[in-house]
Amino acid sequence: MTLQSDCCGVYFPNPIVLASGILGTEAGLLVRVARSGAGGVTSKSASPRHRTRHPNPTVLDWGYGLINAVGLANPGVAAEAPILRAAKAELQRLGVPLIASIFAETVAGFAFAAETVGRAAPDLIEVNISCPNVGHELGKPFALEPESAAQVTAAVKKATEIPIIVKLSPNVTDIAEIGAAVEMAGADAIAAINSVAGMLIDIHAGRPILANLEGGISGPAIRPLAVLAVYKLYEAVNVPIIGIGGVSTGADALEMIMAGATLVGVGSAVRSRGLEALGTIATELDALLAELGYTSPDDARGIAHVTS
Amino acid sequence: MLHLDDKALSLPQVAHIVRLENENYRTKTFTLDVHWPEAYPGQFLMAWLPGVDEKPFSLLSNDPVQISVAAVGRFSRQMHTLSSGDTVWVRGPLGHGYQPQSGPMIGVAGGYGVSPLHFLARRLGDGRERHIIIGARTARDLLFREKFRAAGVHLHVTTDDGSAGQHGFVTVALLPLLERLPTATVYACGPKPMLEALRSLCQERNIACQLSWESYIRCGFGVCGSCAVGKDGWLACKDGPVEVILPARV
Repeated sequence: MTLQSDCCGVYFPNPIVLASGILGTEAGLLVRVARSGAGGVTSKSASPRHRTRHPNPTVLDWGYGLINAVGLANPGVAAEAPILRAAKAELQRLGVPLIASIFAETVAGFAFAAETVGRAAPDLIEVNISCPNVGHELGKPFALEPESAAQVTAAVKKATEIPIIVKLSPNVTDIAEIGAAVEMAGADAIAAINSVAGMLIDIHAGRPILANLEGGISGPAIRPLAVLAVYKLYEAVNVPIIGIGGVSTGADALEMIMAGATLVGVGSAVRSRGLEALGTIATELDALLAELGYTSPDDARGIAHVTS
Repeated sequence: MLHLDDKALSLPQVAHIVRLENENYRTKTFTLDVHWPEAYPGQFLMAWLPGVDEKPFSLLSNDPVQISVAAVGRFSRQMHTLSSGDTVWVRGPLGHGYQPQSGPMIGVAGGYGVSPLHFLARRLGDGRERHIIIGARTARDLLFREKFRAAGVHLHVTTDDGSAGQHGFVTVALLPLLERLPTATVYACGPKPMLEALRSLCQERNIACQLSWESYIRCGFGVCGSCAVGKDGWLACKDGPVEVILPARV
């Protein structure tokens, strides 16, 4: 049995990667997650300029998953690059790839961000066009229309030699259409899904709990949505898919792989299973593949696609 | 997550203020109608005021829950406008607190770091030798002198300007205690430079210390990474806030 996975020519020791926005704020944290068994790690999305935080509450556990509206707080790509460089040096020794996540308010901003983080030589760049938590600040996420999604993809592709993953939003009518558009524009891989827009209201306060009012839902509550998105994308595109959304166990990861994922992103499971969650999920996946008679994740990839 | 019995504790819970106490010119202690028998010294809660913010506070007491709040920012000034019977929302108890060791206690509280140490001093009132050093910039910033005396500890006071107690930092009072009590454990809470100084002093003398670090807290359960302290990805909210440092040589 091997868990080794290849995504865009980058070798991952196992397909379980840390999703962006979870624990990816510091080099030391990325390295810590890698040491605990992750196959790859994604840094928190960085933008051309420093962004301050939303007031709290920004991250809550509501029982069936998490909801967050951190508001893409980050130090800006110029300050992020040294963090990535420090992380990369250590991750390279561990043989764990680094995915640098970026976002911006404009197409040109995305290109600039890609170019800047590219200097830190991450193995892949994740283009986050789908954060649901900054709508009224940044305008409509680029991931909501095929045209705008493709524009960003093409601009980033031009700005860097590093393979790019475009992260899509579930908050759309037809994710496959957006996926096909970004593939056509040059995306080397697609990540799906970002968090699902949602709200919690405190009935005693009579108002939304998140300071941002709305936020992104992640965790077990969204897993079937994510599985369907990956399934649809797998039928619409040929590039590798990073399946993300509510994966907490090896069985969940295998489900994602059977839907068509090459890599599986894990984030909120850190809440229920600790920082070691990724390594634990990889071990469970390994046992499960063996039990079911597969010799590698590649063997199981996409097998859920039945021709009716 | 997925522990539906705990679900209620994961979201902010309604709490009512049952008592208010003035501690100094800008600090009040709030007693809430919340009871957390399992909570222990060094743990914290997140207090939410809708439309304002949500902020972390070390527990001064668990049953009933008490926190002390100094009016230094928007949230804390808003807290100070509340009266008995008013509502505040809390999540907790969060984090890993002090792990009491046998042997003498030397508690060091810088500035507002008095709450968890008062809680701890009461817990360790089992006849062992207990010393508390409280340090502040100036006399009027000192907190909990009466409260600590009532807890029956040996109290040592230092001020940066000499307006009360010994003139100097907390280390002025700490050094002779470290000489005299080599088997003590130092438990501390306060500003970063103070904790860093204590760490060096204790390590040089091979004395165990437990340091409570302050950091910017968002989720409070080890997911968002906002509170990472130092280079190794240590999370104040989940790994800490208390860092337990064992002596190098036993």
